[in-house]
Amino acid sequence: MHAESEIRIPLILGDKSYRQITDDIIAPIEGKAARGWYTLTTLCTLSFLWGIGCLAYTIGVGIGAWGSNNGVDWAWDITNFVWWIGIGHAGTLISAVLLLFRQKWRMAINRSAEAMTIFAVMCAAIFVMLHTGRPWLDYMLFPLPNQFGSLWPNFNSPLLWDVFAVSTYFTVSLVFWYIGLIPDFGMIRDRVIKPWQKKMYGLLSFGWGGSARHWSRFEEVSLVLAGLSTPLVFSVHSIVSMDFATSIVPGWHTTIFPPYFVSGAVFSGFAMVLTLLLVIRKIYKLEAYVTIKHIEYMNIVIIVTGSIVGVAYLTELFVAWYSGVEWEQYAFLNRATGPLAWSYWCMMGCNVLSPQVFWFKKVRTSIIATFIISIVVNIGMWFERFVIIVPTLCRTYLPSTWNTYTPSFIDIGIFVGTIGMFGMFFLLFSRYFPVIAQSELKTILKSSGESQKEASKNQTHH
Amino acid sequence: MANMATHKHIIHGVFGDEVPLLEACRKLRAAGIRIKDVYSPMPIHGIDGVIGVPRTRLAICAFIYGITGTSLATLMMWYMMISDWPNDIGGKPSFTYYMNIPAFIPITFESTVFCAAHGMALTYFLRCWLIPGAKAKNPDPRTTDDKFLIYLELNDDQAAKAEEIMKNNGAEEVNQKGSFVVEPKYVLEETH
Repeated sequence: MHAESEIRIPLILGDKSYRQITDDIIAPIEGKAARGWYTLTTLCTLSFLWGIGCLAYTIGVGIGAWGSNNGVDWAWDITNFVWWIGIGHAGTLISAVLLLFRQKWRMAINRSAEAMTIFAVMCAAIFVMLHTGRPWLDYMLFPLPNQFGSLWPNFNSPLLWDVFAVSTYFTVSLVFWYIGLIPDFGMIRDRVIKPWQKKMYGLLSFGWGGSARHWSRFEEVSLVLAGLSTPLVFSVHSIVSMDFATSIVPGWHTTIFPPYFVSGAVFSGFAMVLTLLLVIRKIYKLEAYVTIKHIEYMNIVIIVTGSIVGVAYLTELFVAWYSGVEWEQYAFLNRATGPLAWSYWCMMGCNVLSPQVFWFKKVRTSIIATFIISIVVNIGMWFERFVIIVPTLCRTYLPSTWNTYTPSFIDIGIFVGTIGMFGMFFLLFSRYFPVIAQSELKTILKSSGESQKEASKNQTHH
Repeated sequence: MANMATHKHIIHGVFGDEVPLLEACRKLRAAGIRIKDVYSPMPIHGIDGVIGVPRTRLAICAFIYGITGTSLATLMMWYMMISDWPNDIGGKPSFTYYMNIPAFIPITFESTVFCAAHGMALTYFLRCWLIPGAKAKNPDPRTTDDKFLIYLELNDDQAAKAEEIMKNNGAEEVNQKGSFVVEPKYVLEETH
């Protein structure tokens, strides 16, 4: 068994036993849902339906229904795509990178963070599939034999790399998540009484039994998948950034993009994890597992990645000036002082300034402050993607193509729809799936449980 | 012994904690008793060496699947971009694979990860026979909650010894769960 220093703050509060953990994790599944759950789910489902309506309209009449125009041919679609993919990154980071670093605090949050990854990538996929204009021809993105046309897709293009990166990322995250879920489904199967629940969780658990051989393989698979997902998560947002960086558009053609996008992704993802977890821990009374310490750790990640993002913004400005390229200089001048300058300053305020309040311990351990900042950060990160895309495309090389952009009713509808879909899936997940990886949590109970730590402290002092 | 049908007793030793269970396992092994399996709600640190679970070779599988993915991607892109229909895209002609390789690295990497991850996951599911609709493999439903179980299949004299060892090492219950007859041709000569 692992020993842990006594001065480390416990990760599981209160006097918990293995049985108690089982009871706490299964409570939302066995019990009745709170009224708040129904209200939120209805709200999310309604906005999802609205989104489906706007989506259907777009498919019916074409992407002329959007605010995009001849100059600004990428707008909310790609903004939302990059934003959602970025949000997904925190889930993989928590479950993979923190697993490799043996961070025990990940165990209370990895399950819901991974669920968030999967739902966020689904939202992102809607936008990429739709922005091609004729989504029923999207299969042409894959390298299919010649009878579909005489050409192969262009493997030199980052847009094709994206197809491979995003589909690999989605499927690997899904498998990683599900392999972790299996032991917990096994626990639920053995606990529930209603016949339909027994049947459903029996199917979902794949017949898990928890034998020592299976646990040994389980741990190996988790470790190797974590090792594979870590470079994968960095590659995905790097490739997304190359969609921009390999073009010749001023303001996009920069080598800083891959690291800048990845840290931005982690930044916004952690903010979204916090937003969701603060709600979940409240509704399902998981305060003993998702503690203030967990929130503080995540806030520290936010301040680190937020500061990296801030440095990246300033570096971009400096390099634009230092390069002596007037197009490049103008691109940044336009972002900061042009017609859409308000979005630039909104991004700066939300992403660079707002997380700095987390330097104060009082703030980063306050639930209300964390909740507010987490939402502010997500707004800021949305504006970051918007600022990179729209103001840049409004002012490209040819002044005769200069243009402005306003989103249409349909643009807004689809975006709100994806937020609804994300919320709906997450709420369903939190009600029917184990929101905390209870089998993993049981492995740290002895070393990091509050009463267990207390007991071992008393023992050594005698 | 070789000509006799052997009776084997199925014994469940149920523990409330992994520490006494590990100790009991050590004692059982020291007494020359083979531990068929251990069922637990979570992975028990260090049990593999004690009960003799061989190191899994799944990571080696992942490596093999991974290099398969690398090769497949390389072959695909070489065929499509260089061999079958070479194109001059943006003034960058596709003469040879090695000259264009920087553009092919991202997909080669993604394909490696894709094949390694899915190949290994599939192997894991099949090796453990974790498939939708499979019957629950734990002999006692409490082992996914908070109980730890040593599963033994032993003949008469070993059974009595094992029960004693487990009881003396903190087992909450030791249950005989019936017995079965092993035909002589299936009896393996066990060496300890």
